[in-house]
Amino acid sequence: MKRRTLLQSAVVGGAILAAPRLSLAQSSRVLRFIPQANLSSLDAVAGTQYVVRNAAVMIWETLYGVDSTNTPRPQMAEGHEVNSDMTVWSFKLRSGLTFHDGEKVTSKDVVASLYRWMVRDTMGQVIKSRLDALEAVDDLTVRFRLNKPFAKMLFALGKSNAPMALIMPERIAKTDPFQLIKEYVGSGPMKFSTAEWVPGSKAVFEKFAGYIPRPEAGDWLAGGKRVNFDRIEWVIIADAATAGAALQNGEVDWWENPIADLVPLLKRNRNLNVDIGDPLGNIGSFRINHLNPPFNDVRVRRAVMMALSQADYMQAVVGDDTSLWKLCPSFFTPGSALYTEEGGDILKGPRDYEGAKKLLKEAGYNGEKIRLIVPVDVAITKAEGDVTADLLSKIGMNVDYVATDWGTTGTIRAKKDPVDKGGWNIFHTWHAGADCINPAPYTALDCGGDKAWFGWPKSDAVQKGIADWYAAPDVAAEKKAIVDINKASFENVTYIPTGFFQQYTSWRKNISGVVKSPFPVFWGVEKS
Amino acid sequence: MLAYLFRRVLATIPVMAVVALFVFSLLYIAPGDPAAIIAGDQASPADVERIRVSLGLDRPFLIRFGSWLWDVLHGDLGTSIFTNLPVTHLIAQRIQPTVSLMAITLVISLTFAIPLGVVAAWKQGSWIDRVAMVISTFGFSVPVFVVGYVLAYVFALSLDWVPVQGYTPIEQGIGRWFANLILPAIALGLIYMALIARITRATMLEVLSQDYVRTARAKGVGQREILFIHALKNAAVPIVTVVGIGFASLIGGAVVTESVFAIPGLGRLTVDAILRRDYPVIQGVVLMFSFVYVLVNLGVDLIYTLFDPRIRY
Repeated sequence: MKRRTLLQSAVVGGAILAAPRLSLAQSSRVLRFIPQANLSSLDAVAGTQYVVRNAAVMIWETLYGVDSTNTPRPQMAEGHEVNSDMTVWSFKLRSGLTFHDGEKVTSKDVVASLYRWMVRDTMGQVIKSRLDALEAVDDLTVRFRLNKPFAKMLFALGKSNAPMALIMPERIAKTDPFQLIKEYVGSGPMKFSTAEWVPGSKAVFEKFAGYIPRPEAGDWLAGGKRVNFDRIEWVIIADAATAGAALQNGEVDWWENPIADLVPLLKRNRNLNVDIGDPLGNIGSFRINHLNPPFNDVRVRRAVMMALSQADYMQAVVGDDTSLWKLCPSFFTPGSALYTEEGGDILKGPRDYEGAKKLLKEAGYNGEKIRLIVPVDVAITKAEGDVTADLLSKIGMNVDYVATDWGTTGTIRAKKDPVDKGGWNIFHTWHAGADCINPAPYTALDCGGDKAWFGWPKSDAVQKGIADWYAAPDVAAEKKAIVDINKASFENVTYIPTGFFQQYTSWRKNISGVVKSPFPVFWGVEKS
Repeated sequence: MLAYLFRRVLATIPVMAVVALFVFSLLYIAPGDPAAIIAGDQASPADVERIRVSLGLDRPFLIRFGSWLWDVLHGDLGTSIFTNLPVTHLIAQRIQPTVSLMAITLVISLTFAIPLGVVAAWKQGSWIDRVAMVISTFGFSVPVFVVGYVLAYVFALSLDWVPVQGYTPIEQGIGRWFANLILPAIALGLIYMALIARITRATMLEVLSQDYVRTARAKGVGQREILFIHALKNAAVPIVTVVGIGFASLIGGAVVTESVFAIPGLGRLTVDAILRRDYPVIQGVVLMFSFVYVLVNLGVDLIYTLFDPRIRY
């Protein structure tokens, strides 16, 4: 080979290798974001997955939207009118709202959307049960006529928890609420680029030129949602080490939920910011099946709670970083307006193993197998499951540790069968703190027996507390109801909270405007 | 030959039918519920049940299988339960990255493994042979994902030569396409290289001890010509067989490699579908892989005739 040929080859080779680096000099108008999980659908009415909700709030809007104090503020609506006994609620849409397909947003779209939502959402179901009529008064006005007062209407329409009251075009909103929608047309600040969607790899959101932001400053789901990017690209990277490397290398701008193990590494990188993402965090859950022995006896449930150390769970879940977790002798989110620890003394102080053993004996526990379902493919539930196996062994229970994946857990936990016929005793999960600020979005709190969430707890006292909260006319009455619910939930041991924990989010230093929120807020974020 | 080809293609039909029935039955028996995943963790048991009914997952096995089979026979692999996108569309989106990855892996593996195996056989017992075998043992022993992480750390994170992850379609620039695939191809190819190098060495050792090789040497034929023209051609049949068999392990390895390097290929599509219990996607992808595997074997059988004129179909 001649020297010139060799040099030419080297130059060409170098150019080939350098090309991707040049492409990484991304435009400041494109934000690349790694979401917490794969985005497999976009319907935050039919499904309650957080990642779906996080994508949906870019595409669709709600009549009202909660701000960072969880107060509902007008969003698509100009405002509302309500009569004195809160049975007639009218909402007028802001003028000039259009969907991404260019059609105007009208009251017909709102009515159809709210009907679909009411079938799926707990608060929506309460409204539906009191509904005489939901009508389009004119093109821009909708009116609820109820046969019973409903004071929580604005929160119901504006809450951030799925199922959300998202407003869709009427033709889409007519989809069966138990089926996923097939068309992703909203009126939010970003359009979904269906053509570029590669599920499991990439989802692209483009700025919607026809969006008219409200004049106020953006604040969570409220105010003016001013997006400073032409495109927001969600890059789905399932492998945490790869995601961390991509962030460090500048291939992505923001990683929603870095795993705890990688946080020290990210904190050492001078090009990255690392901070707690969601101020409302999460509450770990030791979920018990109230139908199957021995946990159908409240004394057994209480015995476990006497011995359960939240610190053990939290260290297993988020590690030694004590700024990420705290004890939570409550069913409600620490730091939220209605938080109470009333009734939670059983989770405080030194753990009482001997007392637990004594109570188990008293309840007649005789070494029956405890079927503990542990989804080992999810780091949090794996950690919780391991601590539980150890805890139950310490108090003399016979543990059948069923290691499985989350998909299978979804099937097993729905079974009401006895343990020897494929049923279960315990599984673990966690609840977003935003879902635990009050009883409305908090399905795990419900104690309606057969109709309750998995585990099917039953307690009239809890149900009364929830009804009282719904009927509460003011904050003082709400607080009283929450105290009653908390006490009754501890009495009943509806489930056992395993502690409050938060997670970090990490973004590159050239990104500004990232706010703490239960979901990633893209409006107001900038890239230099 | 044509009749043989026709018979073999025809024979794929029962194979595919068995695969289809097997996969469908396996998914039917396996626990897991896409309805629970769609509904999300906070959904009530009643909602999960309603979604299951709306997806038709409560229907009896035979009705579900019959309906799916009918659609497949009409060229319709169904629609993803989650994304509502046709399975054929999802597969089409993922073919290029996987085919690209496999092609580069194949080229790299064959380019390095065959000369390595030939030289190791030629210099049997020497340090070259030992080094070659150490390399191939290393290739066998180290998991693909470990190799992947090390390569990414050195060449992407530390040296900043190539991206850590992702895929650029070839039409957006061959340089970027290649840069995205070179590390995953090396990671994936290592075990394949080891396999081919070892089989090449073993077969070459056998061939090099044959009388005709001694005769060639006696007649003054050069070493390079003996190794690469006379001996290698005669050693080719077992090597081609291993290349074909190794294709299956390549598919398995692609699943891991695509996850480590975040390549949107068929491997990741399969894993994601399995984790979510997206039945139509799993069935479609497995059916397609089995079809490709049958074709690869057919190709291998046909290639035999190029190296061994005694083989006729």
